[in-house]
Amino acid sequence: MEKQLNSNIKEGILSASPVVIGYLPVSIAFGLLAKNTGISFVDTGLFSIIVFAGASQFMALDLISAGVSAGSIILSTFLLNLRHLMMTASLSVKMDNIKKPYLPIIAYGITDETFSVLSFKEGQLSLLYILTVNILSNLSWVLGTIIGFLVGEIIPPALQSSLSIGLYAMFVSLLFPNFKKENKILILSILTAIIYILIFTTKIFTSGWDIVIGIILSSALGVCIFNKDKEVEENE
Amino acid sequence: MSKFLPLIIGMGLVTYIPRLIPLIFLSKKELNPKVKQFLEYIPYTSLSILIVRGILTSSQDMMLPTFIGLAAAGLISYFKSNLVLSVLSAILTSFLIINIL
Repeated sequence: MEKQLNSNIKEGILSASPVVIGYLPVSIAFGLLAKNTGISFVDTGLFSIIVFAGASQFMALDLISAGVSAGSIILSTFLLNLRHLMMTASLSVKMDNIKKPYLPIIAYGITDETFSVLSFKEGQLSLLYILTVNILSNLSWVLGTIIGFLVGEIIPPALQSSLSIGLYAMFVSLLFPNFKKENKILILSILTAIIYILIFTTKIFTSGWDIVIGIILSSALGVCIFNKDKEVEENE
Repeated sequence: MSKFLPLIIGMGLVTYIPRLIPLIFLSKKELNPKVKQFLEYIPYTSLSILIVRGILTSSQDMMLPTFIGLAAAGLISYFKSNLVLSVLSAILTSFLIINIL
């Protein structure tokens, strides 16, 4: 039993490590930018502790300096983070073993990055594994924010920009190995990229909706195309 | 002390609620196979979108370094499933390209 616990924590630490490494430079950049926007140390820390959503925290700084009202910032945050609705819906399929009272704790730690790590882990997820991934990621986000506020200037801009692609590199590294497993994953990913580029360049949907609708459209398209394949195979 | 507390709490709530609701309503439910398949495709589709979006929304001088860095991560991760290795290679590649250009 204890061995099982330990191995869940160990796997959690392994899975969290790219997120932790990726979060540090981004949260350092956030802390520094928040200070330069004139946000107090306490408020900067509270942003990362209470909101814990990278893109919307940066957006909030932008809107605060543009003098946008709190209500509008909250609405934009809601739209931008609505994609998590789709992500946690997808994760729920892998959480059959989790007792209900723990779900509110898990929900707090679901970001794009923890979602990607958790959803590419094979099989059902254990509570300890999820919490290890979430807590370590959250700690690194908050710690990086504090470091950024206090000493963020010491990181040269060129290093900062290259470090900040780390999280996207992690998304790529989680997704690409799956192309070997099944052709349909490769096809679905390419179709999704095309759909999103169309949505993005035509600007049919406002920011936030573009991601949510892109996810819904392409996943639904996947169900349509590959279900047909299945029927054809069954008929042959 | 905390001038932005109402804003931060508001942002926190609208971020937290969409993260929580699906977990409460969907976990341990018997789902229609098509719905389940739809949900199982979301990791692939949302990652594709986040990657493409990351490239499209990067600043003009970062677009090429980002693209080449991510291409390096794609190649390495495809042949060798070592997450930390491919992430570090991507960072190194883009760092080199930023400094060359």
